[in-house]
Amino acid sequence: MSQDAIRELTEQRYKYGFVTEIEADQAPPGLSEEIIRLISAKKGEPEFLLQWRLKAYRHWLTMVEPRWAAVKYAPIDYQKIVYYSAPRPKKQLGSLDEVDPELKRAFEKLGIPLAEQARLAGVAVDAVFDSVSVATTYKGKLAEKGIVFCSFSEAVKDHPDLVERWLGSVVPAGDNFFAALNSAVFSDGSFVYVPRGVRCPMELSTYFRINAENTGQFERTLIVADEGSYVSYLEGCTAPMRDENQLHAAVVELVALPGAEIKYSTVQNWYPGDAEGRGGIFNFVTKRAKAMERAKISWTQVETGSAITWKYPSCILQGDDSVGEFYSVALANHRQQADTGTKMIHIGKRTRSTIVSKGISAGRGQNTYRGLVRMQKGATGARNHSQCDSLLIGDECGAHTFPYIEVKNPTGQVEHEATTSRIAEDQLFYCRQRGLSEEDAVSMIVNGFARRVLKELPMEFAVEAQKLLGMSLEGSVG
Amino acid sequence: MLRIQGLKAKIGDREILHGLDLAVNAGEVHAIMGPNGSGKSTLASVLAGREVVEVTAGTVTFDGQDLLALPAEKRAAAGLFLGFQYPVEIPGVANLYFLRTALNAVRRARGQEELDAMDFLALAKEKLKLVKWDQSFVQRAVNEGFSGGEKKKNEILQMAVLEPRLAILDEIDSGLDIDALKVVAGGVNALRAKDRATILVTHYQRLLDHVKPDVVHVMAAGRIVKSGGPELAHELERSGYEQLAPPRGEARAP
Repeated sequence: MSQDAIRELTEQRYKYGFVTEIEADQAPPGLSEEIIRLISAKKGEPEFLLQWRLKAYRHWLTMVEPRWAAVKYAPIDYQKIVYYSAPRPKKQLGSLDEVDPELKRAFEKLGIPLAEQARLAGVAVDAVFDSVSVATTYKGKLAEKGIVFCSFSEAVKDHPDLVERWLGSVVPAGDNFFAALNSAVFSDGSFVYVPRGVRCPMELSTYFRINAENTGQFERTLIVADEGSYVSYLEGCTAPMRDENQLHAAVVELVALPGAEIKYSTVQNWYPGDAEGRGGIFNFVTKRAKAMERAKISWTQVETGSAITWKYPSCILQGDDSVGEFYSVALANHRQQADTGTKMIHIGKRTRSTIVSKGISAGRGQNTYRGLVRMQKGATGARNHSQCDSLLIGDECGAHTFPYIEVKNPTGQVEHEATTSRIAEDQLFYCRQRGLSEEDAVSMIVNGFARRVLKELPMEFAVEAQKLLGMSLEGSVG
Repeated sequence: MLRIQGLKAKIGDREILHGLDLAVNAGEVHAIMGPNGSGKSTLASVLAGREVVEVTAGTVTFDGQDLLALPAEKRAAAGLFLGFQYPVEIPGVANLYFLRTALNAVRRARGQEELDAMDFLALAKEKLKLVKWDQSFVQRAVNEGFSGGEKKKNEILQMAVLEPRLAILDEIDSGLDIDALKVVAGGVNALRAKDRATILVTHYQRLLDHVKPDVVHVMAAGRIVKSGGPELAHELERSGYEQLAPPRGEARAP
């Protein structure tokens, strides 16, 4: 977004007032073909996209909500959700003093710089403008290399051919209940295209995709890495994210063409609800990648937020010699429930996959690893190694592991290791005897447990994620 | 420096310390010897603030302050160090990082400036010489995959870095071969100073051949039953504990 656009936005606020405008530009609750036509029209979408949404919607109507995950929640009324409201800036505050003290304390603990704190909390200060100028320089550098990095809506306008070609190529419109819902009503998200042979010179972060509007609860991301290219993408941030929408159903599709590599890192810290689990976000996400010959996909996730997490970033290893990796830390404290894992579908010859899952359960949290390793008939010489470790803190939480293994080719090699351990009183005492507070001791032990995953994260992200793990466990011991 | 009076403590329902008195002055090295089950390790745990041990009577002061009122980490900050009989493994946490975090926690509590990574590395290199280790040991996770002897040396390394005013070493000599024993003893001797004190909890005389104690105590059935000079340790080595220690039933009688 340019300086002009920002000015326009700010002026608009003063001119018309803020609240009435929203009221005027919001669809009534509920979902119907009419609403979908409205969404598509409001966004000025091409015909193919409208048809795609409608197809997804019609398919969704025939589907039932999945119930196989080890999570419990009250039924969701899909007709009570508002599926379209106009893009709007976040509510802005006059200064950092107006920010929720709880949020500010979290920022300080995470060591987030002041300017960024202001941006995250929606404070109208110069810092916001600073980040716009940073983003502009950033965009210029990417454009030089021919890399497209923009909001999904912009991509539909500026690169409709790319969108039409790849949208739904990994997660089809009717893939599963939540993906179908997303396909029908998605609001916005990110789009990345890296041209053939280009190595993206910097980490692409949603932080820099200046997006004053809320991307909302149905986010859609599509990343295409053309032959021999490389890109590293960072999603989310460690700062606590609150949202009035309880249901979030995002879809992420990654396409790695022959010889390409995509590294996708997530830190998810949506509001988990209070200690009793009230008001937390339901996060039902479909993430999947397709890897062609010699391509490599690496998913890294640190999941500390949300009341319910339902998420299985997967790799379809279609091309020969393609590689899939999944590194995950999932933390469930208080009443949080996480059912997360991955699917590695080996289709090509000599495809390799690695799964490292670290589940941490505390309070009355329930943490489930659910993973599928499938080796198709043609996957000669395919290999997988899975390591699933669980760490328990306290005696009211739970850890569960469901590894599914299907091997249809006799040359396939699958290894699965699993451990469950508990933070022991003697470990805590040892740390405290050396001068660490109990909180710091827990944080250190947990970070040691998660180390193999954290070291896959880009440096700065890893440092914040480390602090985040400690913070998310505050008060869970003793 | 340390003054223990009438200390009684229990684990669960079982009283293990039955009214123990001990005074340790700055500059002294004390050895506490005694048979298994006499309460030596429980005493070390009480002093370090382990919560599974419950103090039921008595007082402990450390530099004049009430030690028992402090949580374990505050005792560490006040300069009390416990060398563990069974050092704990912390997987995935690099030894160097653990040491720096511990030192900085203690420095912070004392109002001193924290050391940055570079300064700390310089300090650690210096201290590593004491235990004759190269840097590879501190890159490894805390005690993970360490042999018994390596774990004990790691305790000495931690002590050397933290420079406590009072070090309590709980059977630091058990399971050591003679070379490791010399290294451990060298580490203890290096820390001897006018303003510091050490308590060695041990079964055997052999550590005391390398670290000469100022006072030797014999512990039996939850009490200190005899104290003396270094010669007492030799006497014990010759005649065993039986003569010095009254039968346990008697000691427990009110």
